[in-house]
Parts: sequence; structure tokens; C-alpha cells
Amino acid sequence: MSFAVPTEHYLLLSGLLFCVGVAGVATKRNPIVVFMCIEIMLNAANLGFVALGRHYGEAGGQIITMLIIAVAAGEVAIGLAIIVSLFRTRETINLDEVNLLKL
Amino acid sequence: MRPGVLMFWALALPLVVSAVMVVASRNPMRSALYLVAHMLLIAAMFLSLSAQYVAAVQVIVYAGAIMVLFLFVIMLLNLSGKGVLERGAGWLFGMAMSAGLAALMVGAGVWRHGLHAGKATAKSLSAGGTAQSIGFTLFDPELPWLFPFEVASVLLLTAVVGAVVLAKRKL
Repeated sequence: MSFAVPTEHYLLLSGLLFCVGVAGVATKRNPIVVFMCIEIMLNAANLGFVALGRHYGEAGGQIITMLIIAVAAGEVAIGLAIIVSLFRTRETINLDEVNLLKL
Repeated sequence: MRPGVLMFWALALPLVVSAVMVVASRNPMRSALYLVAHMLLIAAMFLSLSAQYVAAVQVIVYAGAIMVLFLFVIMLLNLSGKGVLERGAGWLFGMAMSAGLAALMVGAGVWRHGLHAGKATAKSLSAGGTAQSIGFTLFDPELPWLFPFEVASVLLLTAVVGAVVLAKRKL
């Protein structure tokens, strides 16, 4: 069974998007934007899962994508709550200045 | 090049550009708006993989619910002029790291070796990703997806309680 667009193209795109997300997480110091970059990475992984699910004729790829979306929703809710409470106690959310856990 | 592949890259180019703009924008508000475009384009990609239900969930949950949460927090905190708009320390190292990762994926990964032939059939493709076929797979007792589904619901409940506990001033 051959597709109009080979699965390798989707995986290449997924890898590129993942790397863009990694660049954002490594370079930004606004935690909200860092969260957005994590979302980009999760989306890239989802794209890979769905593409491989189509490639192997398995519905599991799409189901695991939906589970990832649920986990991402929970992660964003918790993460943004942490950012709000951090802003309330420290008056800053600059990631270079938030170093309470550093030795 | 086949027209399908051309169509794919015509869709993939704005996808990559919107992701890059999320990272490159100085203003978090702009990042958020580019992220909305990114989510919608990802949903279009899911449609091109004949995963209709996942595409709909992507639009509703990501482009709807999660982005509203992002915009809400950005506006609530009002961060302009608080030193978070400049580049972080070590941004060059981060860029180099991700470029190296990209080169590794493109050079040594799937692109070079290719995948072995899939087991997709005309039947599995025409079933595609409709809500019906997803539901039958999700709740099939023969398949392992029922337990993760229940765990996901407990996880969401925990997240709701945790977000309230974290963000509330006094309980």
C-alpha cells in the first residue's frame, strides 16, 4: 500500500518541528513562551504518532495522540498555575532569576 | 515531484514558519497568536492523514481551550518591561544544540534508512480516524487502551484540583 505522501516526509517534518521546540525551550526565559515551545514539541510527537499509525495500519497511533492531548491539557493547567503563584511570591518569572532550587 | 507531495510541503512550510515565529517573537502575545496558527495547521496535517476525529479534538482542545488559558495568563501577568523580553543566557548554546539535533535526525534517522513496508490496507485506511472507529478501538476489551483512558480521566481530575490549590491565594 503506497500513500500519496510517503510517511518519511511526515517524520522529517515532525523532527524539524521538534527541534524548533527544543531551540525555544533552550533559549527563551519567559516560562509562558517555554510552555508554548513544549506544546510545539508535543504536537510534533503527535504528528509522528499519527503518521506511523497510518503507516502500520494501527488505530493505536491516533488513540495515543488523544491521550497525549489530555496530558498536555493537564500539564498546561498545572504549569500556568505554578507561574501565577510564582509571580505572586517573587514578583518576577524570569527563568534566569528563579533559582530557589539551586544549591 | 508528485502533486500530493507538493501539497504536503506547501502546508508544511507555513507550519515550520509559524513554529519558528513562536520562538523568534519578542512579545509573548505574538508568540501565542502564532501558536494558534500552528495548532490549526497541525489539525490540517491530521486531516491529510485521514485522522478526522483527532483533528477535531486538536482544534477544540488545543486551539480552543489551551490557547485561551495561555492568553488569559499572559494578560493577567502583564510582563512588559520586566526583563523577560530579552534573550536568555546561553541562547547560542541552545541554538547550536537544537541545530545539531535536527542534523542528527535528518542525516542519520529515518530519511537515510527508510521505514520497512507498512501493513496498512485499503480497509484500515478507509476506516481512517472517524469517531466510530476510534471509539471501537478505544473501548475494545481485547486491546490495551481502556486502562490508559481511565487513567487519563483521573489525571485530568488531579490537574483540576492541583491547579485550584496552586493558584488560589487562601483556601
